[in-house]
Amino acid sequence: MTIQQISVFLENKPGTFRNVAAELSKNGVNMRAMSVADTADFGILRMIVDDNEKTKKVLADGGYIYKETEVLAVEVGDTPGSLMRILETLGEAAINLEYMYAFTTKKNDGACLIFRVDDVAKTTQVLSDAGIKLASAEELKEL
Amino acid sequence: MEKNYYQKELETMEREQLLALQNERLVAQVKHVYEHVPYYRRLMEEKGLVPADIASVDDLHKLPFLTKDDLREAYPDGLLAVPKGDCVRIQSTSGTTGRRVISYYTQHDVDLWDECCARAIIAVGGTNEDVVQVSYGYGLFTGGPGLNGGSHKVGSLTLPMSSGNTDRQLQFMTDLGATILCCTPSYAAYLGESIADRGIKDQIKLKAGIFGAEAWSEEMRRDIEKALGIKAYDIYGLTEISGPGVSFECEEQAGMHINEDHFIPEIIDPETGEVLPYGEKGELVFTCITKEAFPLLRYRTRDITILTDEPCSCGRTHVRMKRPMGRSDDMLIVKGVNVFPSQIEAVLLNEGLSANYQIVVDRVNNSDTIDVMVEMTPELFSDVAGSITAKEKSIVNALKSMLGIYAGVHLVEPRSIVRSEGKAVRVIDKRKI
Ligand SMILES: [Zn+2]
Repeated sequence: MTIQQISVFLENKPGTFRNVAAELSKNGVNMRAMSVADTADFGILRMIVDDNEKTKKVLADGGYIYKETEVLAVEVGDTPGSLMRILETLGEAAINLEYMYAFTTKKNDGACLIFRVDDVAKTTQVLSDAGIKLASAEELKEL
Repeated sequence: MEKNYYQKELETMEREQLLALQNERLVAQVKHVYEHVPYYRRLMEEKGLVPADIASVDDLHKLPFLTKDDLREAYPDGLLAVPKGDCVRIQSTSGTTGRRVISYYTQHDVDLWDECCARAIIAVGGTNEDVVQVSYGYGLFTGGPGLNGGSHKVGSLTLPMSSGNTDRQLQFMTDLGATILCCTPSYAAYLGESIADRGIKDQIKLKAGIFGAEAWSEEMRRDIEKALGIKAYDIYGLTEISGPGVSFECEEQAGMHINEDHFIPEIIDPETGEVLPYGEKGELVFTCITKEAFPLLRYRTRDITILTDEPCSCGRTHVRMKRPMGRSDDMLIVKGVNVFPSQIEAVLLNEGLSANYQIVVDRVNNSDTIDVMVEMTPELFSDVAGSITAKEKSIVNALKSMLGIYAGVHLVEPRSIVRSEGKAVRVIDKRKI
């Protein structure tokens, strides 16, 4: 149960993020979640959108370099410690967490975690064994 | 091991005897050019020279230089020294600016060129038992035709693959048991990676490779040797002079022997034109003493290199040249070190990047800085920042080993490097602004 995330290469100069965001919004793409990873030299915009095909077309037309990657999403309630539980579960299974980001959901004032691991199949199994439920792409839209 | 030569007598000729041969051939060639090439005759007349003024190689320095500009001006046949009916072939090179260069060949010229390439193939251990895979481009480019002709002369089985189509290259390489590979070093490196990816190294029978036509480094040589399980040899040439095989490496892998019975080399100061002694770095100049159709005299190659006349253990007596460090007209001096865009380009291509790059040289706090902007490619891009920074680091290290100094690397968005007439503006030297 994976989510297709789209990431975009951003040069490290003023306005690059704004330009992509404006281009997507103009074409009616809705960003459900996003994060920007920054280094001294470049940035990577990672986002979950409502329409991947349209997004890819807009990016290709704009001459951007982008990539579609499988990520996992977990809905976490407002109960304290749920994030720690997930991290511990991954840690115990020696799963390499490349990065993660979160966004708040309308439902129950909760949050949803997006995380990228190198071994999706193993991670899915480990989380499922630990009773942690992954959110599907469909469910993500409802949050 | 028994040493092999294609033309032992010529390749191992005593220096004194070689000089006598050069003298005789030079005198005849100057006369031939003076009589048949009005363009060069005029250049000689401007210097008040007649053929009789050139009695030996010692007089060579008196002759006027030819440059790429002359070739452009004389385009398409102003430097042709025989009737077109005597020519059997042309080859051409893509000038980075302006007109293409066209070189003409009589059958005699094709033969001597092929012989030079045959010397190169035999110098790396080639015999008629070998299977020579020629993966240089064929057509107007001299790489394919040159090594193809050389391989025929040796009597090897020649695979005229031309460049590209890696699947087919590897299929023929394995199915036909190619033993000698001829291509550009970057393509050799790429083939090495492809062989590793497919896990077919045990099916590769290569023993040697002859690589040229672009800048590469000793580190790249070692990488290619390891990836292909071969010894990698350098070859040098240029269309204006004939093509690959003007000089080639022997088993010593310590510089390329120039075929001095055909081409007389000189090293000059690119600023003053003054001839420099062996061991000094300068621009390489060639005089063709055996060619009929397109016999350039004192042609400035723009390649910067060093010649040595130290005896070589292979028994060849011809002087050796170092792999050219770059082109004289785009040489940059950064932190006192000579830097050539071609070296940087070779590193970028070898690292899987595009040739869309820009070099920015600046001076910060009285110290030179050099930065390379290169466009990101879809293959290189990753959603994980660490894998991109690791790639940047590997490019920085490769540049350091090629240039000897630190150069910053910055990945930029595609199509963001300013182009002028379709070509990226290669160098911005802010020290001069
Ligand atoms: Zn030698």
